[in-house]
Amino acid sequence: MATSSMRRARMMRRLWIAALVAPGLLVMTFFVFVPIASALAYSVFEWEGLQRGAFVGLANFATVLFSEPYGSWTWNAFRHNVIVFVTIMVVQNGTAFLLAYALFCQPWGHRFHQVTVFVPVILSTVIVGFLWKLFYNPFGLVNQLLRAIGLDSLAIPWLGEPTTALGALIFANTWHFIGFPTLIYLAGMQRIPRDLIDAARMDGAGNWSLIRRIIWPLVAPATTVVFVLTFIGSFNWFEMPFIMAGLDGSPFGATDVLGLYFYRTAFGNQSSSLGDFGLGSALAVLIFGFVLVMATAWTLYLRRREIEF
Amino acid sequence: MTAHREQPAGRLGGSTLFWLQALLIFNTVLMLYPIMVMVFSAFRSTRQIYSSSFGLPDFTNFANFQRILADTEFLQYLANSVIVTGGAVIGFLTFGTMAAYALARYQFRAGPLILLVFLAGLMVPLKLAVIPLFVQLKAFGLIDTRLGLIGLYTAMGLPSTVFIMTGFLRTLPRDLEDSARIDGASEPRIMWSIMLPLTRPALVIAAIYNAVPTWNDFFFPLVFIHTDDRKTLPQGLTTFMGEFSTDWGALFAGLTLSALPITLVYILLSRQFISGMTSGALK
Repeated sequence: MATSSMRRARMMRRLWIAALVAPGLLVMTFFVFVPIASALAYSVFEWEGLQRGAFVGLANFATVLFSEPYGSWTWNAFRHNVIVFVTIMVVQNGTAFLLAYALFCQPWGHRFHQVTVFVPVILSTVIVGFLWKLFYNPFGLVNQLLRAIGLDSLAIPWLGEPTTALGALIFANTWHFIGFPTLIYLAGMQRIPRDLIDAARMDGAGNWSLIRRIIWPLVAPATTVVFVLTFIGSFNWFEMPFIMAGLDGSPFGATDVLGLYFYRTAFGNQSSSLGDFGLGSALAVLIFGFVLVMATAWTLYLRRREIEF
Repeated sequence: MTAHREQPAGRLGGSTLFWLQALLIFNTVLMLYPIMVMVFSAFRSTRQIYSSSFGLPDFTNFANFQRILADTEFLQYLANSVIVTGGAVIGFLTFGTMAAYALARYQFRAGPLILLVFLAGLMVPLKLAVIPLFVQLKAFGLIDTRLGLIGLYTAMGLPSTVFIMTGFLRTLPRDLEDSARIDGASEPRIMWSIMLPLTRPALVIAAIYNAVPTWNDFFFPLVFIHTDDRKTLPQGLTTFMGEFSTDWGALFAGLTLSALPITLVYILLSRQFISGMTSGALK
């Protein structure tokens, strides 16, 4: 009797655990794991709209990488992603580090500034994109400001010129997201043991040597996070250029990036082409593979320069 | 010595502090000025905006807002966003906390593997699987439905919710549930009445961390939703930005109205927002 009731209790416990775990696993399987696995499978078939055609091996990959005009579109978009990544890394995250240090030193009103730097982060990229699109308009706020301070020669159609469009987008993106790396760096700085900083100050270290010898090396974990998130974000960049420059990355492909190019290839754009799920999936697999390999490599490399304390 | 934490970082020279202060003030102006211009322009006519974006507008002029509310589906978009985000938050908090509870409070053989399966979801950029998702949702009749979006956002919120909740539930002391067990309480009762009430702070973090990107998401509605009265707010915004393209007053009013809900919540809960949204990146 005792054993059968124990068996029943064990059975009940198993059922209870299964009931707790199963719904989450089912949702993840349906919405995440099956689609990801399917994306790999889709890329080696020919597609006719929603209909799967013949198995074509790696032909879709060869097409998007090497056959024209896809090859040069791919490289043009990829090159822009690299520019976006490097610029954001240096300009946005460099400024974010400075802002974080300023907040860390707790001048008067630092709590208020901490809240304001994060305001644009919580807004939808659609709102931020449209707002800056209006500001960059030839008659918009940016040019009104430039004229007001006498820089009429700089009052150009920022989003209309191939030379300035990508930079204008990156600036709007920086305005949108700078609060995020700032607060990650700030949290990293607040984790540094106080004694280290006090001791350095006691020894007469100025701001520069304090930053260089103590703070920068000890916020290495924050740098790793910021670097890797910026990398992933830059190569998945879609909403901002879609809203501000349109699906074709206008003007003349000057703002085309892999996200837009992937979307156009998969679903087509209104004006010209129809979508192609085979080529789109091949692009998705390539982008995913590249980001995964690079992000893992960066993480492993950057982890090595983190110091335990 | 206990007040030590509140001290500024060492003894800073007055001039350094001045420059850092100036930097922060400059940055705050840069962050808030565009938002201020957006709100002010919502009270101006298009002609006034073209001639100058500076100066105070007539704050009693609600013509632009009236046009947005009367001529667009703004309130429907807002309701859809509330339904979709609300549904997803309930979904990932419920399923995520259930799974995390099993993983944190019971020892079983498949436990570590199941945790890994959930965490694998953290690294997947789901945008790139949008083609098979589209085909699959179509096959199940979930394309162009709010339910499809709720399911998708539930799945996207689960990994981080499981991660945050498992970490938190593991820190709760064992004695609590053991004494209840001795008193003869059932496992579901222990979970519901004893453990879950203690998890409030972690639930808030997990909710904010995932609700903000869900509320703001544009990509998946863009692909999945086509019927106008099922569109979410960011997606609906693109519709009426197209309609009013030369009516700048209405455009700024639309942007202001769209930014209003989340900004109000942020003003009320800025501390929870900041710790919630950065928590996933740290640790």
